Amino acid sequence: MASNGGVTWRRTEKIDGFNFSPNDNTTGEVHVLAVDDSLVDRKVIERLLRISSCKVTAVDSGIRALQFLGLDEEKNSHGFNDLKIDLIITDYCMPGMTGYELLKKVKESSVFREIPVVIMSSENVLARIDRCLEEGAEDFIVKPVKLSDVKRIKDYMTREFRFGEEKERSRKGINKRKLRDSFDDLSPSPPSISSSSPSPPQSQSPTPSPSPSPPSVLSASAPGSPSPLDSPTRRPKMTSSE
Amino acid sequence: MLGLAADRLRADTNRLLAFLFHQGILDEQFLQLQQLEDESSPNFVSEVVNIYFHESEKLLRNLRSLLMDRELSDYNKMGIHLNQFMGSSSSIGAKRIRNVCVAFRAASEQNNRAGCLRALELLEHEYCFLKNKLHELFQIQQQRVLAAGVRYPMQN
Repeated sequence: MASNGGVTWRRTEKIDGFNFSPNDNTTGEVHVLAVDDSLVDRKVIERLLRISSCKVTAVDSGIRALQFLGLDEEKNSHGFNDLKIDLIITDYCMPGMTGYELLKKVKESSVFREIPVVIMSSENVLARIDRCLEEGAEDFIVKPVKLSDVKRIKDYMTREFRFGEEKERSRKGINKRKLRDSFDDLSPSPPSISSSSPSPPQSQSPTPSPSPSPPSVLSASAPGSPSPLDSPTRRPKMTSSE
Repeated sequence: MLGLAADRLRADTNRLLAFLFHQGILDEQFLQLQQLEDESSPNFVSEVVNIYFHESEKLLRNLRSLLMDRELSDYNKMGIHLNQFMGSSSSIGAKRIRNVCVAFRAASEQNNRAGCLRALELLEHEYCFLKNKLHELFQIQQQRVLAAGVRYPMQN
């Protein structure tokens, strides 16, 4: 279980029914790392995530994302996801390192490869989507990103954590999204505005409990151990041009 | 009297928004941004839009200077700027601007300088129009806040 410098008992403190620990991430809050070179898009994705009760760190490039994760210098040898990043959401088209390249780097890392990575792109290109899924992306969102997209990601993250069936679920999620998008290309979709009220607190157990509680997917497995979920055949079969 | 002012301002807001949507200048993404405003973030839309304006003006300047360079029109770089402009426009719901960017990009991919120039002029025009309308919208909203603030004490 992740220990954060003597604050392990914070979990039992409740203020108005919420676990309130601003200094560590043993609350129900999900911590998302958002990567986008566009300031406008960063502001929007930040707001979408915050209003969905996620803690957000937004950076403007793949390099900075790697720096933040501690992956850029290959010095991250202690094998922990200290920052407790629960999801990385990145734009595809960025100068320097693309979102695809960032995805590859994350998936190549033994420490971080279990973190779900979601790709965003303004282009709905099947070959691009394919490539990202091949490389292990959990989902692919066509911009502009909406509240319903964030809700979907968040939902499957919670399920993923609870049931460990990330591959099956995200496969279905991706197919739905692509079908929806191909219809969207034909006709304008109705405004997909979901309620902006924050989702209920993620921690389901009212009592302090050992490792299953933390929302981070990573804390459930031993550091550095190969994940049984890293099956190369996870990618859904789709007809597409390479 | 003050209640009437608030009603009038609300009607003005709705009329302006209806116009912008009806003309295809804005799309539902703008509505989505409005949904993200609340007490904790009451000026979210104007903050994002102002960032958008700032970035757009830079992009427009860059596009113009790239096109004005008759020696070597860097269509590749134009494409990059256009992608940025398209992306941010779609993120705030600026549908018409985004569509002009698409046409502009097509012209740049064909190295069609005349087409690019036409598209740039149209883009500048659309951008100015949107900027004016959104400033108008924000002004009305500011007045509404003031009108609401003055009203409450008198209700007691």
